Amino acid sequence: MALPLFPPTEDPGPDFSSLLRRSGLPAMPQGSDVAASVRHGTTVVALRFADGIVMAGDRRATEGHSIAHRAMEKVFPADRYSAVAIAGAAGFAVEMVRLFQTQLEHYEKVEGLTLSLEGKANQLAQMVRQHLPMAMQGLAVVPLFAGFDTVRGTGRIFTYDVTGGHYEEADYQATGSGGRDARTTVKLGYREGLSRAEAVELAIQALYEAADEDSGTGGPDVVRGIYPTVSVVTSDGYNEVPEQEVAEGFMALIERKRAEREATGGTSSGGETP
Amino acid sequence: MTMPFYVAPEQVMKDRAEYAQKGIARGRSLVATVYTGGVLIVAENPSRSLHKISEIYDRIAFAGVGKYNEYDQLRVAGVRHADTKGYSFSRDDVDARSLANLYAQFLGNVFTHEMKPLEVEILVAELGGNGKPDRLYHIAYEGTITDEDRFTVLGGDAETITERVAAGWRADRDRADAVRATVRALAGPERTLGPGDLEVAALSRENGRRAFRRVTDTELAEILQGGHPDAPTRTRGRTARTSGGEDDQAAAEGGDAAPPPG
Repeated sequence: MALPLFPPTEDPGPDFSSLLRRSGLPAMPQGSDVAASVRHGTTVVALRFADGIVMAGDRRATEGHSIAHRAMEKVFPADRYSAVAIAGAAGFAVEMVRLFQTQLEHYEKVEGLTLSLEGKANQLAQMVRQHLPMAMQGLAVVPLFAGFDTVRGTGRIFTYDVTGGHYEEADYQATGSGGRDARTTVKLGYREGLSRAEAVELAIQALYEAADEDSGTGGPDVVRGIYPTVSVVTSDGYNEVPEQEVAEGFMALIERKRAEREATGGTSSGGETP
Repeated sequence: MTMPFYVAPEQVMKDRAEYAQKGIARGRSLVATVYTGGVLIVAENPSRSLHKISEIYDRIAFAGVGKYNEYDQLRVAGVRHADTKGYSFSRDDVDARSLANLYAQFLGNVFTHEMKPLEVEILVAELGGNGKPDRLYHIAYEGTITDEDRFTVLGGDAETITERVAAGWRADRDRADAVRATVRALAGPERTLGPGDLEVAALSRENGRRAFRRVTDTELAEILQGGHPDAPTRTRGRTARTSGGEDDQAAAEGGDAAPPPG
Protein backbone atom coordinates (compact mmCIF):
# COMPACT_ATOMS: atom_id res chain seq x y z
CA MET A 1 0.00 0.00 0.00
CA ALA A 2 1.42 3.33 -1.01
CA LEU A 3 0.82 6.65 0.70
CA PRO A 4 -2.34 7.97 -0.99
CA LEU A 5 -1.16 11.35 -2.22
CA PHE A 6 -2.92 13.08 -5.12
CA PRO A 7 -2.12 16.15 -7.19
CA PRO A 8 -4.47 19.03 -6.26
CA THR A 9 -6.53 18.63 -9.47
CA GLU A 10 -7.27 14.97 -8.77
CA ASP A 11 -7.75 15.16 -5.03
CA PRO A 12 -10.82 13.21 -3.89
CA GLY A 13 -11.39 15.57 -0.94
CA PRO A 14 -13.20 14.14 2.06
CA ASP A 15 -15.23 11.68 -0.06
CA PHE A 16 -14.28 8.16 0.95
CA SER A 17 -16.09 6.37 -1.92
CA SER A 18 -14.26 8.50 -4.45
CA LEU A 19 -10.98 7.78 -2.65
CA LEU A 20 -11.67 4.04 -2.91
CA ARG A 21 -12.32 4.33 -6.66
CA ARG A 22 -9.12 6.28 -7.15
CA SER A 23 -7.22 3.67 -5.16
CA GLY A 24 -8.60 0.98 -7.47
CA LEU A 25 -10.88 -0.62 -4.88
CA PRO A 26 -14.58 -1.11 -5.65
CA ALA A 27 -16.64 1.11 -3.34
CA MET A 28 -19.54 -1.33 -3.34
CA PRO A 29 -19.84 -4.81 -4.82
CA GLN A 30 -20.97 -4.55 -8.46
CA GLY A 31 -22.72 -6.83 -10.98
CA SER A 32 -23.62 -10.56 -10.92
CA ASP A 33 -27.06 -12.11 -10.96
CA VAL A 34 -27.36 -14.24 -7.87
CA ALA A 35 -30.86 -13.36 -6.82
CA ALA A 36 -32.88 -16.06 -5.09
CA SER A 37 -30.76 -17.34 -2.20
CA VAL A 38 -29.71 -14.01 -0.78
CA ARG A 39 -30.33 -13.16 2.84
CA HIS A 40 -32.95 -10.53 3.35
CA GLY A 41 -33.18 -8.26 6.34
CA THR A 42 -36.65 -7.44 7.72
CA THR A 43 -38.39 -5.01 10.13
CA VAL A 44 -36.79 -1.83 11.39
CA VAL A 45 -38.58 1.05 13.05
CA ALA A 46 -37.62 4.55 14.18
CA LEU A 47 -39.60 7.08 16.16
CA ARG A 48 -38.99 10.49 17.62
CA PHE A 49 -39.47 11.24 21.31
CA ALA A 50 -38.88 14.23 23.58
CA ASP A 51 -35.06 13.97 23.75
CA GLY A 52 -34.17 12.34 20.44
CA ILE A 53 -34.98 9.18 18.55
CA VAL A 54 -35.41 5.49 19.22
CA MET A 55 -34.48 2.99 16.55
CA ALA A 56 -35.18 -0.72 16.74
CA GLY A 57 -34.80 -3.74 14.51
CA ASP A 58 -35.51 -7.47 14.66
CA ARG A 59 -32.68 -10.01 14.40
CA ARG A 60 -33.88 -12.48 11.76
CA ALA A 61 -32.35 -13.00 8.32
CA THR A 62 -34.15 -15.27 5.86
CA GLU A 63 -33.00 -17.09 2.74
CA GLY A 64 -36.11 -17.89 0.74
CA HIS A 65 -38.42 -19.58 3.21
CA SER A 66 -35.83 -20.67 5.72
CA ILE A 67 -34.20 -18.74 8.53
CA ALA A 68 -30.59 -18.04 7.68
CA HIS A 69 -29.51 -16.24 10.81
CA ARG A 70 -31.17 -15.63 14.16
CA ALA A 71 -28.97 -12.98 15.70
CA MET A 72 -28.23 -10.55 12.90
CA GLU A 73 -27.73 -6.90 13.83
CA LYS A 74 -29.74 -4.46 11.73
CA VAL A 75 -29.34 -1.28 13.76
CA PHE A 76 -25.93 0.36 13.74
CA PRO A 77 -24.39 3.57 14.98
CA ALA A 78 -23.57 5.69 11.91
CA ASP A 79 -21.53 8.05 14.05
CA ARG A 80 -21.81 9.63 17.50
CA TYR A 81 -25.16 11.34 16.84
CA SER A 82 -26.89 9.14 14.30
CA ALA A 83 -28.08 5.61 13.72
CA VAL A 84 -28.76 3.64 10.57
CA ALA A 85 -30.96 0.57 10.23
CA ILE A 86 -31.19 -1.69 7.21
CA ALA A 87 -33.76 -3.76 5.38
CA GLY A 88 -33.12 -5.66 2.18
CA ALA A 89 -30.34 -7.88 0.82
CA ALA A 90 -28.25 -8.39 3.95
CA GLY A 91 -24.79 -8.69 2.41
CA PHE A 92 -25.06 -5.45 0.50
CA ALA A 93 -26.83 -3.71 3.33
CA VAL A 94 -24.14 -4.48 5.89
CA GLU A 95 -21.46 -3.42 3.42
CA MET A 96 -23.32 -0.19 2.76
CA VAL A 97 -23.44 0.54 6.48
CA ARG A 98 -19.70 -0.12 6.80
CA LEU A 99 -18.97 2.24 3.91
CA PHE A 100 -21.33 4.84 5.36
CA GLN A 101 -19.73 4.67 8.81
CA THR A 102 -16.26 4.96 7.31
CA GLN A 103 -17.38 7.85 5.11
CA LEU A 104 -18.72 9.88 8.05
CA GLU A 105 -15.62 9.31 10.14
CA HIS A 106 -13.36 9.97 7.14
CA TYR A 107 -15.06 13.28 6.44
CA GLU A 108 -14.78 14.27 10.08
CA LYS A 109 -11.06 13.53 10.22
CA VAL A 110 -10.08 15.05 6.88
CA GLU A 111 -12.16 18.20 7.28
CA GLY A 112 -11.92 18.53 11.05
CA LEU A 113 -15.72 19.04 11.20
CA THR A 114 -18.69 16.71 11.41
CA LEU A 115 -21.24 16.68 8.61
CA SER A 116 -24.67 18.14 9.36
CA LEU A 117 -27.42 15.57 9.89
CA GLU A 118 -28.90 16.53 6.52
CA GLY A 119 -25.45 16.08 4.92
CA LYS A 120 -25.21 12.59 6.38
CA ALA A 121 -28.70 11.74 5.06
CA ASN A 122 -27.68 12.95 1.58
CA GLN A 123 -24.49 10.87 1.67
CA LEU A 124 -26.51 7.76 2.42
CA ALA A 125 -28.94 8.62 -0.39
CA GLN A 126 -26.04 8.66 -2.87
CA MET A 127 -24.97 5.21 -1.73
CA VAL A 128 -28.49 3.85 -2.14
CA ARG A 129 -28.70 5.43 -5.60
CA GLN A 130 -25.40 3.84 -6.66
CA HIS A 131 -26.89 0.53 -5.66
CA LEU A 132 -29.88 0.94 -8.00
CA PRO A 133 -28.63 -1.52 -10.70
CA MET A 134 -28.55 -4.26 -8.07
CA ALA A 135 -31.95 -3.19 -6.74
CA MET A 136 -33.35 -3.66 -10.26
CA GLN A 137 -32.18 -7.26 -10.07
CA GLY A 138 -34.15 -7.79 -6.90
CA LEU A 139 -31.38 -7.07 -4.41
CA ALA A 140 -32.64 -3.82 -2.99
CA VAL A 141 -31.24 -2.20 0.12
CA VAL A 142 -33.53 0.25 1.90
CA PRO A 143 -32.02 1.92 4.94
CA LEU A 144 -33.65 3.99 7.62
CA PHE A 145 -31.60 6.85 8.98
CA ALA A 146 -32.21 8.85 12.14
CA GLY A 147 -30.21 10.99 14.45
CA PHE A 148 -30.01 13.89 16.80
CA ASP A 149 -29.60 17.22 15.02
CA THR A 150 -27.20 19.08 17.29
CA VAL A 151 -27.93 22.39 15.54
CA ARG A 152 -31.72 22.22 15.87
CA GLY A 153 -31.62 20.27 19.14
CA THR A 154 -34.13 17.65 18.03
CA GLY A 155 -34.32 14.11 16.69
CA ARG A 156 -34.92 13.65 12.95
CA ILE A 157 -35.82 10.62 10.84
CA PHE A 158 -35.16 10.00 7.13
CA THR A 159 -36.56 7.23 4.96
CA TYR A 160 -35.29 6.05 1.59
CA ASP A 161 -36.58 4.34 -1.49
CA VAL A 162 -34.53 2.10 -3.82
CA THR A 163 -33.75 4.99 -6.19
CA GLY A 164 -32.01 6.94 -3.44
CA GLY A 165 -34.94 9.26 -2.89
CA HIS A 166 -34.98 10.30 0.74
CA TYR A 167 -37.73 11.94 2.68
CA GLU A 168 -37.82 13.36 6.14
CA GLU A 169 -40.48 11.90 8.40
CA ALA A 170 -42.20 13.99 11.02
CA ASP A 171 -42.55 11.46 13.82
CA TYR A 172 -41.96 7.81 12.99
CA GLN A 173 -41.31 5.37 10.20
CA ALA A 174 -40.70 1.66 9.64
CA THR A 175 -39.42 -0.31 6.67
CA GLY A 176 -38.88 -3.94 5.73
CA SER A 177 -41.37 -6.71 5.09
CA GLY A 178 -43.03 -6.16 8.48
CA GLY A 179 -42.77 -2.40 8.23
CA ARG A 180 -46.46 -1.89 7.59
CA ASP A 181 -47.53 -3.62 10.79
CA ALA A 182 -44.86 -1.88 12.83
CA ARG A 183 -45.89 1.48 11.42
CA THR A 184 -49.53 0.93 12.29
CA THR A 185 -48.64 -0.02 15.84
CA VAL A 186 -46.52 3.07 16.32
CA LYS A 187 -49.23 5.20 14.73
CA LEU A 188 -51.80 4.02 17.28
CA GLY A 189 -49.56 4.57 20.27
CA TYR A 190 -47.75 7.72 19.19
CA ARG A 191 -48.13 11.14 20.70
CA GLU A 192 -45.91 14.21 20.79
CA GLY A 193 -43.29 14.34 23.56
CA LEU A 194 -43.04 10.68 24.55
CA SER A 195 -40.50 9.89 27.26
CA ARG A 196 -37.56 7.60 26.58
CA ALA A 197 -39.18 4.67 28.42
CA GLU A 198 -42.47 5.12 26.56
CA ALA A 199 -40.73 5.38 23.19
CA VAL A 200 -38.69 2.23 23.86
CA GLU A 201 -41.85 0.41 24.92
CA LEU A 202 -43.67 1.52 21.77
CA ALA A 203 -40.79 0.37 19.56
CA ILE A 204 -40.79 -3.01 21.29
CA GLN A 205 -44.55 -3.31 20.80
CA ALA A 206 -44.20 -2.39 17.10
CA LEU A 207 -41.62 -5.12 16.56
CA TYR A 208 -43.74 -7.63 18.42
CA GLU A 209 -46.77 -6.91 16.22
CA ALA A 210 -44.64 -7.01 13.06
CA ALA A 211 -43.21 -10.40 14.05
CA ASP A 212 -46.73 -11.56 14.82
CA GLU A 213 -47.92 -10.84 11.27
CA ASP A 214 -44.81 -11.20 9.12
CA SER A 215 -42.91 -14.46 8.61
CA GLY A 216 -39.73 -12.62 7.73
CA THR A 217 -39.56 -10.77 11.02
CA GLY A 218 -38.20 -12.44 14.11
CA GLY A 219 -39.87 -11.93 17.48
CA PRO A 220 -38.26 -12.24 20.90
CA ASP A 221 -36.41 -15.57 21.08
CA VAL A 222 -36.89 -16.43 24.74
CA VAL A 223 -35.29 -19.88 24.42
CA ARG A 224 -31.99 -18.60 23.02
CA GLY A 225 -32.18 -15.24 24.76
CA ILE A 226 -32.05 -13.26 21.50
CA TYR A 227 -34.00 -10.03 21.57
CA PRO A 228 -34.39 -7.27 18.99
CA THR A 229 -31.87 -4.43 19.06
CA VAL A 230 -33.10 -1.10 20.42
CA SER A 231 -30.95 2.03 20.31
CA VAL A 232 -31.47 5.57 21.47
CA VAL A 233 -29.83 8.71 20.08
CA THR A 234 -30.05 11.89 22.14
CA SER A 235 -27.81 14.86 22.86
CA ASP A 236 -25.65 12.34 24.78
CA GLY A 237 -25.01 10.46 21.56
CA TYR A 238 -25.77 6.94 20.40
CA ASN A 239 -26.56 4.39 23.09
CA GLU A 240 -27.78 0.87 22.76
CA VAL A 241 -30.56 -0.01 25.20
CA PRO A 242 -29.18 -2.80 27.44
CA GLU A 243 -30.37 -6.24 26.38
CA GLN A 244 -31.73 -6.84 29.88
CA GLU A 245 -34.04 -3.83 29.57
CA VAL A 246 -35.25 -4.95 26.11
CA ALA A 247 -35.86 -8.48 27.39
CA GLU A 248 -37.87 -7.12 30.33
CA GLY A 249 -39.87 -4.94 27.94
CA PHE A 250 -40.81 -7.97 25.85
CA MET A 251 -41.61 -10.11 28.86
CA ALA A 252 -43.89 -7.40 30.26
CA LEU A 253 -45.64 -7.11 26.90
CA ILE A 254 -46.15 -10.87 26.62
CA GLU A 255 -47.44 -10.98 30.20
CA ARG A 256 -49.89 -8.17 29.47
CA LYS A 257 -51.17 -9.92 26.34
CA ARG A 258 -51.62 -13.19 28.18
CA ALA A 259 -53.52 -11.48 31.00
CA GLU A 260 -55.77 -9.73 28.48
CA ARG A 261 -56.58 -13.02 26.79
CA GLU A 262 -57.36 -14.75 30.04
CA ALA A 263 -59.55 -11.88 31.22
CA THR A 264 -61.67 -11.98 28.09
CA GLY A 265 -61.62 -15.77 27.97
CA GLY A 266 -60.40 -15.49 24.38
CA THR A 267 -59.80 -18.66 22.43
CA SER A 268 -59.48 -17.29 18.91
CA SER A 269 -56.20 -17.77 17.08
CA GLY A 270 -55.75 -14.12 16.23
CA GLY A 271 -57.35 -10.77 15.81
CA GLU A 272 -56.82 -9.45 19.34
CA THR A 273 -56.02 -5.79 19.65
CA PRO A 274 -52.85 -4.58 21.33
CA MET B 1 26.56 27.65 -24.30
CA THR B 2 26.93 27.69 -20.56
CA MET B 3 27.83 24.60 -18.61
CA PRO B 4 26.29 24.04 -15.17
CA PHE B 5 28.79 24.23 -12.37
CA TYR B 6 29.70 21.01 -10.67
CA VAL B 7 28.41 20.83 -7.14
CA ALA B 8 29.52 17.99 -4.90
CA PRO B 9 26.64 15.77 -3.70
CA GLU B 10 27.75 16.33 -0.10
CA GLN B 11 27.25 20.01 -0.62
CA VAL B 12 23.82 19.51 -2.19
CA MET B 13 22.63 17.42 0.73
CA LYS B 14 24.10 19.80 3.25
CA ASP B 15 22.38 22.75 1.61
CA ARG B 16 19.06 20.98 1.52
CA ALA B 17 19.32 19.87 5.12
CA GLU B 18 20.20 23.39 6.18
CA TYR B 19 17.27 24.77 4.22
CA ALA B 20 14.82 22.33 5.82
CA GLN B 21 16.23 22.88 9.30
CA LYS B 22 15.89 26.63 8.94
CA GLY B 23 12.29 26.28 7.88
CA ILE B 24 11.49 24.02 10.82
CA ALA B 25 13.37 26.17 13.34
CA ARG B 26 11.16 29.14 12.45
CA GLY B 27 8.11 27.35 13.85
CA ARG B 28 7.28 26.58 17.45
CA SER B 29 7.93 23.24 19.09
CA LEU B 30 5.81 20.31 20.14
CA VAL B 31 6.22 17.64 22.81
CA ALA B 32 4.65 14.20 22.92
CA THR B 33 4.88 12.17 26.09
CA VAL B 34 3.51 8.97 27.52
CA TYR B 35 1.46 9.16 30.74
CA THR B 36 -0.36 6.52 32.77
CA GLY B 37 -3.56 6.69 30.68
CA GLY B 38 -2.07 7.03 27.20
CA VAL B 39 -0.18 9.53 25.09
CA LEU B 40 -0.25 13.29 25.55
CA ILE B 41 0.71 15.77 22.82
CA VAL B 42 1.29 19.42 23.62
CA ALA B 43 2.07 21.97 20.93
CA GLU B 44 2.70 25.67 21.06
CA ASN B 45 0.09 26.91 18.63
CA PRO B 46 -1.84 30.17 18.91
CA SER B 47 -4.33 29.16 16.18
CA ARG B 48 -7.61 27.51 17.17
CA SER B 49 -8.43 26.17 13.72
CA LEU B 50 -5.13 25.33 12.01
CA HIS B 51 -4.24 22.27 13.99
CA LYS B 52 -0.81 20.78 14.52
CA ILE B 53 -2.22 17.71 16.22
CA SER B 54 -4.96 15.54 14.76
CA GLU B 55 -6.57 12.15 14.68
CA ILE B 56 -5.57 9.53 12.12
CA TYR B 57 -7.35 6.44 13.33
CA ASP B 58 -8.82 4.75 16.39
CA ARG B 59 -5.54 4.59 18.30
CA ILE B 60 -3.27 6.70 16.11
CA ALA B 61 -2.59 10.43 16.26
CA PHE B 62 -0.56 12.68 14.02
CA ALA B 63 1.37 15.83 14.81
CA GLY B 64 3.52 18.04 12.66
CA VAL B 65 5.71 21.11 12.96
CA GLY B 66 7.16 23.29 10.25
CA LYS B 67 5.26 24.37 7.19
CA TYR B 68 1.53 23.94 7.72
CA ASN B 69 0.51 23.13 4.15
CA GLU B 70 3.18 20.45 3.88
CA TYR B 71 2.42 18.55 7.05
CA ASP B 72 -1.31 18.95 6.55
CA GLN B 73 -0.99 17.22 3.19
CA LEU B 74 0.81 14.38 4.97
CA ARG B 75 -1.90 14.25 7.64
CA VAL B 76 -4.66 13.87 5.05
CA ALA B 77 -2.67 11.16 3.25
CA GLY B 78 -2.34 9.37 6.59
CA VAL B 79 -6.09 9.49 7.26
CA ARG B 80 -6.73 8.16 3.76
CA HIS B 81 -4.21 5.37 4.14
CA ALA B 82 -5.59 4.31 7.50
CA ASP B 83 -9.26 4.48 6.49
CA THR B 84 -8.65 2.57 3.25
CA LYS B 85 -6.69 -0.08 5.08
CA GLY B 86 -9.26 -0.42 7.84
CA TYR B 87 -12.07 -0.65 5.30
CA SER B 88 -10.45 -3.29 3.11
CA PHE B 89 -9.03 -5.39 5.97
CA SER B 90 -10.13 -4.77 9.53
CA ARG B 91 -9.85 -1.95 12.03
CA ASP B 92 -7.31 -4.00 14.01
CA ASP B 93 -4.97 -4.20 11.02
CA VAL B 94 -4.26 -0.50 10.95
CA ASP B 95 -0.97 0.15 12.73
CA ALA B 96 1.24 3.15 13.23
CA ARG B 97 4.50 1.46 12.29
CA SER B 98 3.53 0.86 8.69
CA LEU B 99 2.19 4.39 8.37
CA ALA B 100 5.36 5.83 9.90
CA ASN B 101 7.41 3.82 7.40
CA LEU B 102 5.39 5.20 4.51
CA TYR B 103 5.92 8.73 5.77
CA ALA B 104 9.63 8.09 6.19
CA GLN B 105 9.92 6.74 2.65
CA PHE B 106 8.01 9.65 1.21
CA LEU B 107 10.04 12.27 3.10
CA GLY B 108 13.28 10.51 2.17
CA ASN B 109 12.28 10.44 -1.48
CA VAL B 110 11.37 14.10 -1.57
CA PHE B 111 14.59 15.00 0.21
CA THR B 112 16.83 13.28 -2.32
CA HIS B 113 14.88 13.70 -5.55
CA GLU B 114 12.98 16.96 -5.40
CA MET B 115 14.18 20.51 -5.73
CA LYS B 116 12.99 21.45 -2.28
CA PRO B 117 12.86 19.21 0.79
CA LEU B 118 9.73 19.31 2.91
CA GLU B 119 10.21 21.66 5.84
CA VAL B 120 8.44 19.44 8.32
CA GLU B 121 9.01 17.12 11.21
CA ILE B 122 6.19 14.77 12.03
CA LEU B 123 5.07 12.45 14.77
CA VAL B 124 2.94 9.34 14.53
CA ALA B 125 1.78 8.29 18.00
CA GLU B 126 0.09 5.02 18.75
CA LEU B 127 -1.78 4.10 21.89
CA GLY B 128 -0.76 0.71 23.26
CA GLY B 129 -2.97 -1.90 24.86
CA ASN B 130 -3.30 -5.68 24.96
CA GLY B 131 0.33 -5.99 25.97
CA LYS B 132 1.60 -3.51 23.39
CA PRO B 133 3.36 -0.40 24.71
CA ASP B 134 2.55 3.16 23.62
CA ARG B 135 4.73 4.15 20.68
CA LEU B 136 5.97 7.47 19.37
CA TYR B 137 7.47 7.54 15.87
CA HIS B 138 9.37 10.71 15.17
CA ILE B 139 10.12 11.30 11.51
CA ALA B 140 12.49 14.04 10.43
CA TYR B 141 12.47 16.08 7.20
CA GLU B 142 14.93 13.75 5.46
CA GLY B 143 13.07 10.57 6.39
CA THR B 144 15.02 9.55 9.47
CA ILE B 145 12.66 7.67 11.72
CA THR B 146 13.16 7.20 15.45
CA ASP B 147 11.02 5.16 17.75
CA GLU B 148 10.49 6.37 21.31
CA ASP B 149 8.50 4.93 24.15
CA ARG B 150 8.81 7.77 26.69
CA PHE B 151 8.69 11.17 25.03
CA THR B 152 9.85 13.03 21.94
CA VAL B 153 10.29 16.67 20.99
CA LEU B 154 9.70 18.11 17.53
CA GLY B 155 10.65 21.48 16.17
CA GLY B 156 13.22 24.22 16.32
CA ASP B 157 14.38 24.30 19.90
CA ALA B 158 14.26 20.52 20.32
CA GLU B 159 17.55 20.01 22.15
CA THR B 160 16.99 22.38 25.05
CA ILE B 161 13.37 21.31 25.41
CA THR B 162 14.41 17.65 25.37
CA GLU B 163 16.74 18.33 28.29
CA ARG B 164 13.98 20.03 30.25
CA VAL B 165 11.44 17.28 29.53
CA ALA B 166 13.94 14.55 30.41
CA ALA B 167 14.78 16.24 33.71
CA GLY B 168 11.20 16.06 34.96
CA TRP B 169 9.95 12.93 33.21
CA ARG B 170 8.32 10.18 35.27
CA ALA B 171 6.32 7.20 34.14
CA ASP B 172 3.67 7.43 36.87
CA ARG B 173 2.12 10.80 36.00
CA ASP B 174 -1.58 11.21 35.32
CA ARG B 175 -2.80 13.43 32.52
CA ALA B 176 -3.00 16.67 34.50
CA ASP B 177 0.50 16.22 35.92
CA ALA B 178 1.86 15.39 32.50
CA VAL B 179 0.20 18.47 30.96
CA ARG B 180 1.65 20.79 33.61
CA ALA B 181 5.15 19.35 33.42
CA THR B 182 5.15 19.35 29.62
CA VAL B 183 3.87 22.91 29.36
CA ARG B 184 6.62 24.02 31.79
CA ALA B 185 9.25 22.26 29.74
CA LEU B 186 7.91 23.76 26.54
CA ALA B 187 7.83 27.28 27.98
CA GLY B 188 11.25 27.24 29.62
CA PRO B 189 12.23 29.29 32.68
CA GLU B 190 11.54 32.73 31.15
CA ARG B 191 8.07 32.34 29.70
CA THR B 192 4.57 31.33 30.79
CA LEU B 193 2.27 29.64 28.32
CA GLY B 194 -1.48 29.98 28.79
CA PRO B 195 -4.31 27.99 27.24
CA GLY B 196 -4.46 30.48 24.36
CA ASP B 197 -0.91 29.64 23.26
CA LEU B 198 -1.32 25.89 23.39
CA GLU B 199 -2.89 23.06 21.51
CA VAL B 200 -3.25 19.92 23.63
CA ALA B 201 -4.65 16.53 22.72
CA ALA B 202 -4.41 13.02 24.07
CA LEU B 203 -4.83 9.44 23.01
CA SER B 204 -6.48 8.00 26.07
CA ARG B 205 -7.34 4.43 26.97
CA GLU B 206 -10.50 5.73 28.65
CA ASN B 207 -12.01 7.13 25.45
CA GLY B 208 -13.28 3.92 23.91
CA ARG B 209 -12.75 3.00 20.28
CA ARG B 210 -11.69 6.42 19.06
CA ALA B 211 -9.02 7.28 21.60
CA PHE B 212 -8.20 10.76 20.32
CA ARG B 213 -9.55 13.79 22.23
CA ARG B 214 -8.62 17.43 22.18
CA VAL B 215 -8.26 19.14 25.54
CA THR B 216 -10.48 22.23 25.41
CA ASP B 217 -9.30 25.67 26.49
CA THR B 218 -11.44 25.71 29.63
CA GLU B 219 -10.30 22.24 30.63
CA LEU B 220 -6.70 23.22 29.96
CA ALA B 221 -7.04 26.39 32.04
CA GLU B 222 -8.32 24.30 34.95
CA ILE B 223 -5.44 21.83 34.63
CA LEU B 224 -2.83 24.58 34.47
CA GLN B 225 -4.29 26.35 37.49
CA GLY B 226 -4.45 23.26 39.64
CA GLY B 227 -0.66 23.00 39.87
CA HIS B 228 0.82 20.89 42.62
CA PRO B 229 2.92 22.52 45.33
CA ASP B 230 5.93 20.41 44.33
CA ALA B 231 6.15 22.19 41.00
CA PRO B 232 9.79 23.18 40.52
CA THR B 233 9.24 26.78 39.41
CA ARG B 234 7.23 28.43 42.17
CA THR B 235 7.70 32.03 41.08
CA ARG B 236 6.26 31.48 37.64
CA GLY B 237 3.51 29.26 38.92
CA ARG B 238 2.03 32.13 40.96
CA THR B 239 0.82 34.07 37.94
CA ALA B 240 -1.05 31.08 36.64
CA ARG B 241 -2.61 30.48 40.04
CA THR B 242 -4.65 33.63 40.52
CA SER B 243 -7.91 31.96 41.44
CA GLY B 244 -7.59 28.21 41.50
CA GLY B 245 -4.75 27.41 43.90
CA GLU B 246 -6.35 26.13 47.08
CA ASP B 247 -3.15 24.37 48.20
CA ASP B 248 -0.66 25.41 50.81
CA GLN B 249 0.33 28.77 49.36
CA ALA B 250 -2.83 30.40 50.66
CA ALA B 251 -1.67 29.72 54.20
CA ALA B 252 1.88 30.77 53.48
CA GLU B 253 0.82 34.09 52.01
CA GLY B 254 -1.81 34.67 54.69
CA GLY B 255 -2.98 38.28 54.41
CA ASP B 256 -2.86 38.45 50.63
CA ALA B 257 -6.62 38.06 50.18
CA ALA B 258 -7.20 40.16 47.07
CA PRO B 259 -6.25 38.16 44.00
CA PRO B 260 -3.90 39.95 41.60
CA PRO B 261 -5.64 41.26 38.50
CA GLY B 262 -5.54 39.26 35.27
